[in-house]
Amino acid sequence: MYFSRLKFCVSRLLFIIIMLTISPVLKAWEVSGYVGLESLAFIEAPLHDSQHQHYISGVIEAELYHEWDNGTQSFAFVPYFRGAQHDSQRTHFDIRELTWLKSAEEWELRLGIRKVFWGVTESNHLVDVINQRDTVENSDGEDKLGQPMINLALIQDWGTVDLFILPGFRPRTFTGEEGRLRPEPAVSDSLAEYDKSGFERQVSYAIRWAHSIGDWDMGLSHFYGTSRDPVFLVKATPDGQVNLIPYYQNINQTGLDIQATLDSLLLKWEAIVRVSDSETAFASTAGFEYTFFNIASSGLDIGVLAEYLYDSRGLSAPTVGQDDFFVGARLAFNDVQDMQILAGVMVDRVSQAQFYNIEASRRFFESFKFEVEARFFNGATPKYPDYFLRQDSHFRMELSYHF
Amino acid sequence: MKKIILSLYLAVFSSVGIAETQTGLDIMQEVKLRNTGWQDMSASLDMVLKNKNGDTHHRLMQMKVLEVQGDGDKSLSIFNSPKDVKGTAFLSFTHALEADEQWLYLPGLKRVKRISSSNKSGPFLGSEIAFEDLSSFELDKYSYTYLRDELQGTIDCFVIETKPQYEYSGYTRTIVWVDKARYIPLRIDYYDRKNSLLKTQIFNDYQQFLDKYWRSSNMSMENYVTGKSTQLLWADYKFKSGLTKRQFDKNSLKRSR
Repeated sequence: MYFSRLKFCVSRLLFIIIMLTISPVLKAWEVSGYVGLESLAFIEAPLHDSQHQHYISGVIEAELYHEWDNGTQSFAFVPYFRGAQHDSQRTHFDIRELTWLKSAEEWELRLGIRKVFWGVTESNHLVDVINQRDTVENSDGEDKLGQPMINLALIQDWGTVDLFILPGFRPRTFTGEEGRLRPEPAVSDSLAEYDKSGFERQVSYAIRWAHSIGDWDMGLSHFYGTSRDPVFLVKATPDGQVNLIPYYQNINQTGLDIQATLDSLLLKWEAIVRVSDSETAFASTAGFEYTFFNIASSGLDIGVLAEYLYDSRGLSAPTVGQDDFFVGARLAFNDVQDMQILAGVMVDRVSQAQFYNIEASRRFFESFKFEVEARFFNGATPKYPDYFLRQDSHFRMELSYHF
Repeated sequence: MKKIILSLYLAVFSSVGIAETQTGLDIMQEVKLRNTGWQDMSASLDMVLKNKNGDTHHRLMQMKVLEVQGDGDKSLSIFNSPKDVKGTAFLSFTHALEADEQWLYLPGLKRVKRISSSNKSGPFLGSEIAFEDLSSFELDKYSYTYLRDELQGTIDCFVIETKPQYEYSGYTRTIVWVDKARYIPLRIDYYDRKNSLLKTQIFNDYQQFLDKYWRSSNMSMENYVTGKSTQLLWADYKFKSGLTKRQFDKNSLKRSR
């Protein structure tokens, strides 16, 4: 009797002590994220019988964040999931971030899975090589898969030097048989080929120096390891089946990005030299953005953008623009709903094929956001790689709730 | 000898010529002097946007400011709400007459963007506050004219007209009511480019920190043209926390939240 009462008291005390110790910890954890519903509607009939006219999908991304030690240490975990109708390749889970960060006066250390962005141009991201792109997520190529890394930043008066060890190569995922925006045949990712195997394939290295001096922001970077963007091989099996196989080369890539901010005018330039066993390639994207701010005191900003994209690899280049012009306009209404519109067209200088992209977004009821994207392909000719997209003009709409 | 005569000549005539404007500058110098030496400041801000129908929207953010002697301050603002822009951060190095340096961090893309600072008159987060209203106060940014003494409420004030000397301002002038005892602004009237009254800002609920620095915890901005208003509710003011310029660089922008 006595013992059971004591046990009861002790267990209750323990419970209270545990709750007291945990509650401030739990309080210090922040949870945020969004859930969304997406509709992907194609205007024209599909080229292949296996494809569909309309696709629905749902998405959730959450962030669990905690910082301590006066904000000099933090932990972030960002799981991500999209469940997609029809195309099983598009249903995917990813850890966008799982990082521990420690910062000091002259250095910052990050361990874990992360996303990194380098560069300044808008129509193409040449120097941005750390992460694999999540191309099944959105055809705009802005989404990325989390990359495991050890990243040490050394912070000096003459700039920041970031050192990266990137263990764990992540191959690109490609649209499956039933998905749209794909070549024919669909890419066989299971047959992927590599220059290197084992440890050498898995581990890449990078270094970047970045600095701001007055109106100028610049970065110089080098990457060594397995390229994130593959070239494609067409191979036939003995029984006559043709496969499109991604081939990940081992590369040395040096990148430069510069932006000059001259009042309302931004001048931007990115360039890379990329050396693989088979070739040395040069690519560059350069242009400007000029913004008319607060037009007629309405709060509206209109930005005009123009860029030229070049790649010495020509039609075999893994990027969108090899000899293309991009022009666009960005409208920011700066209203309570944060309405924004970005409209642009990319034109191939030789074939004059056009790719139109219009993106609009707006907030509703404080926590909801509605996005519409329209992408149109026009004038592609058979020998160009965008020929396989000729029937794939589409609208993408996403409604999301943010918490 | 020639030099001495010239400077005497200038001294005599300029003292006659700009006696009036000198007073305005003297007062604002005292305002600046009394608000010097706080080193660094952090605070949380609840910005309440109210439209003509009385609908309200809240914008929550954390602000950190580093005092820079002899130049404009450095500031870092981190947005907490609305939720879809949570984690977006804005780093600004302000300067008196040169263009400010500004960077924006977009957490979804993990991208740091250098942005143009020519947008002085545009609205900050859809509010009635313009970017230039938030910029740090530096003497060289304006010219000053003392107008009169006047009560603002029950408080005896100097009334001073200021004219922006920097580029791209949305104002021809502002009229500032400065508390004679504490040398702090109590009210600012903003006149647009056509010189008509656009906005009035009222500074309420002043509190003193470190026995020296006065901060308003409730500012309201009323726009007469749009009929909208914005209230800035400040809380958790902290000074001299030992922040350094390292907390105001592109690296800390990337990990701010």
